[in-house]
Order: sequence, then structure tokens, then C-alpha cells
Amino acid sequence: MAGRSARRWVAAVPQQVRHLGAIFALLVAGLVGARQVLVPKTFGERGHYRAAAVDSIVAQEIGYAGHAACETCHPDIADKKGQSYHRGVACEVCHGPQAAHVLAPMDHKPPAPRERAYCPLCHGYNPSRPTGFPQIDPVLHNPVRPCISCHDPHDPTPPHPPESCAACHGEIARTKAISYHAELPCTQCHAVDRRHSVSPRQQRPSKPTTREFCGRCHAQDADSPPEIPRVDLASHGPGYVCWQCHYPHHPEAR
Amino acid sequence: MAGELPTTDEATQDSGAAPGRRAFVTACGALAVTTLLVELGTDLEAEEQAEGPERYDPREHYYGMGIDIDKCIGCGRCVEACKAENDVPRDAHSFRTWVERYVIHADGETAVDSPSGGIEGFPEPTGEAGVLRTFFVPKLCNHCANPPCVQVCPVGATFTTEDGVVLVDEEYCIGCRYCIQACPYGARFLHPTRRTAQKCTFCYHRVVRGLVPACVEVCPTGARIFGEVHRRSSPLERFRRFNEIQVLKPHLNTDPKVFYANLDGQVR
Repeated sequence: MAGRSARRWVAAVPQQVRHLGAIFALLVAGLVGARQVLVPKTFGERGHYRAAAVDSIVAQEIGYAGHAACETCHPDIADKKGQSYHRGVACEVCHGPQAAHVLAPMDHKPPAPRERAYCPLCHGYNPSRPTGFPQIDPVLHNPVRPCISCHDPHDPTPPHPPESCAACHGEIARTKAISYHAELPCTQCHAVDRRHSVSPRQQRPSKPTTREFCGRCHAQDADSPPEIPRVDLASHGPGYVCWQCHYPHHPEAR
Repeated sequence: MAGELPTTDEATQDSGAAPGRRAFVTACGALAVTTLLVELGTDLEAEEQAEGPERYDPREHYYGMGIDIDKCIGCGRCVEACKAENDVPRDAHSFRTWVERYVIHADGETAVDSPSGGIEGFPEPTGEAGVLRTFFVPKLCNHCANPPCVQVCPVGATFTTEDGVVLVDEEYCIGCRYCIQACPYGARFLHPTRRTAQKCTFCYHRVVRGLVPACVEVCPTGARIFGEVHRRSSPLERFRRFNEIQVLKPHLNTDPKVFYANLDGQVR
């Protein structure tokens, strides 16, 4: 009954409207079909993107297990390292990505860099490094010997304190060596506490604080060899300590 | 038979269009209900899929990174870790993160270099004039809150997730390089063999598992800090409280989420 009446109702609609309706219905069906085919399956679930793409990115395997995973099995090394200067250095910095070792400890052994070239990646002298970061000149600092023959990487404080200032302050030593102040020992101007060689940042050496300090050699009336350049302390740059303008380790007046 | 037909026709016409309209409305209703059911079905399916074992909800997080220039020693361990973790090609053009060295000479000239992204360290700076100051700047995708790279993608293959990470859909990327052009920080590159755009993902696969990005994990001096923006208990917010913070190219209004402390004015 319903089918028959529907057929009658369709027959009552003018033919041109029926044709237009058919075209319209085809267009809509085409659009819907095209959307079904073209729009990716999970598009728009979480935003204007394919949610499955996030899932495939999340599925990527991890390489670095994280230091917490190392510390659960190696608490002795973690304790030792935790009290040393290397406490902030994660295990996988030197030992490489070790997620595989965490899953199968016997099948994957972590490598340990022992060659001399590795440590200078961080500790080789480079002027761009922040002031105070411990750096050595790999050419001058105990040449050829591997770093681990003196320094334990898990507790890298040297077994005996450095004997010369140049061991740590190589750049200053080399600059001073070609300057007019080459003959002066560091202690001429810096009062250095004995503990500075063990705890360099807790016990900092002093610097000259007065103009008269430099004046002991460079004042007009100083009791010093005549070839030393003299200045009139009263008129030459008053108000400044000398090293605020002159670099004492290479004291050419620029 | 032939004689009967017109009478029924007339009868229907007499009773008006009511039964026809009813049939039409019924059909419409049935169609609507079917569509609704189909929609509901797909929604349920999606919810089942989202309930993974970790139950990570991206809506509860919003990530950023802090970088302390005064702590960076330019050792390049972050670059190495990024390449190892994410299988980034080891050529001179493919970096998800890299370290730049700035050398400001006494005559005012600024030189920037990044040999192999800093992965093998840096040679001593050269230059006629003396060095006024010099430092390292680690760089990576800034995961902008207003990212130009996402705007220009013609196929919608790059996007921002709900937790604020800009990612690339490798399956739909057509490798047209518009995003590489659009990024003002040079943080994207074309993968030499896959021919798709690649970039830093904040190690999204690690972050959803509760780990920090590989570069943050291996930074020996703690120059990189990873955490959530605007959550007080996050290490990143602590970093932002205790330092004077700048971002790269703030005039572009990209609203970066990589925050630099002690950044020199020469850095671009």
C-alpha cells in the first residue's frame, strides 16, 4: 500500500523536478561517497589530523632507557656517581642508548669509551664553553695516557690535586707566556688558598682590588726596574682598578 | 485491470498527498536513524581503541622545553642522542636538534657555525680580530603554539597535538617542502630517502611513556629542561621562575614553546 502510494506521489511531481531531484541526489551521493574514500579513516577524531598518525609515532621504539632504569640494577655505581662531580651526567651519555640492555642484559653489553679522544668532547679546552667548566688542553695534559688511567669516570676527581695552575688554566697560562708578564708567577697577583686545587669553586683565588697594587711596579715612584712602563696613578684613568681596562695576562694597552 | 487503475489513482488523489508524505517522512526518519547508528558505532570503536594500557591522556599535558645558554658546553651529546634515538640520517643536512656556536669578534662581526651540527665538537674559533664573547646555542623545533609550518601544509599532514607538540604524518606527507620554507627557525628537513618532511617530535614516543626526550636525558650539564608549561610543579615552570626568559624571533608571533635563559641579543 505504502509503495503504491509513494509511486503515485512521485508521478504527481512534475517531470523536470524529478530529473533535477535525481541529479541532486546523485551529487549528494557522490559527495558522500568521495568523502568516505578520500578522508582518512581516523581524521578529525582528536583534531584536524589523522589520529592514527599519532599512534604510529607513539609506536616508535625507545633507544635510551633513562638513568632511572640503570639505577635499579646498578645502585652501587649510581651511589658513587651520585656523590661525584658527574652526578648530573646520565649513564647513557657515555654508554650509549641502552634500552636493549635493559630488556636483555646478557645479550646486549653496553660499550664504555676508553679512548683518550672521548673525554675532551666535554673537557677539551674551548673558549666558547662557560667560565668555570673544567677543561684541559688534550695536547699538553699528560699526553697519550688514557684519561681513565688517572680519573675514574664515575668519580672523576683527580687522584692528586693539580700541581700547576696551567693544568686547569691552560689558556691563561699560554696567553701570559707570550706577554710582558710571562716571568711573573700567578701568586704575584692572586692569593690562592691551598684548597682551591681540590674544590676550585668553593675556594676562589683573590684578585687585586686596588690601583696601588699595580702601582707597586708601575707608579712613577715605584721601586722597580727602570724598563717597566710608568703611569701617574693620580691622573691615569682615575676611578678604575687597572684590570678593568688592561688585561693583566696580556697587558698591552689597547 | 486497465479500467481499475485510474480509479485508485483518483482515490489517492482525493484523499490528498497525506499517505505519500507519511511514507517520505518515514523514509527520512529511517535514514536519519541509520546514519546516527553508524556514527555511534564508529564513535564507540574509537573509544575502545583509545583506552590503551598506559591510559595517556594528551588533554592533561602541555609540553615545552627550557634551554640554559650558560650551561651549554657544546659537547654535541644531544645531537648524537637525537640521531640515535630517532634514526635521523647521519648526513650534514638532517638534524632534529643541533648546536650553533656564536663568536662575536672585537670588531663587531658575528660568526655562527655548526660543523656537523656540533656532533663531533667544535674547532677553536678563527678570526683576525680578537674574540669579544662566544657561546653555544642548542636549537630544535620550537613547537610554536602558532606554527607557520602547520598553516601552509597543503595536505594537512602536519599538525599540533592536544599536548602542544607539532608532528608530521609521514604517510600523508607528499614531500612538497612548503613547511621547510615556512619554518622561521630552520627546524625541518626533507628525509633523503623517505622524501618526507621530518622534525623534532619532543621524542613524543618517550614522552607518552613518562620519559624525557633523549636530548634532555643525555645533556651532561642540565642545560636542557623538559616539562609542562603553566603547571607549577613542572621543572620547566621552575626554570621559567628563576631565569629571565626569551624566545627566538618573538616578533614573528609564532609563540614558541622553547624558552631560552641567558640568551645573547645577537642570537637569531
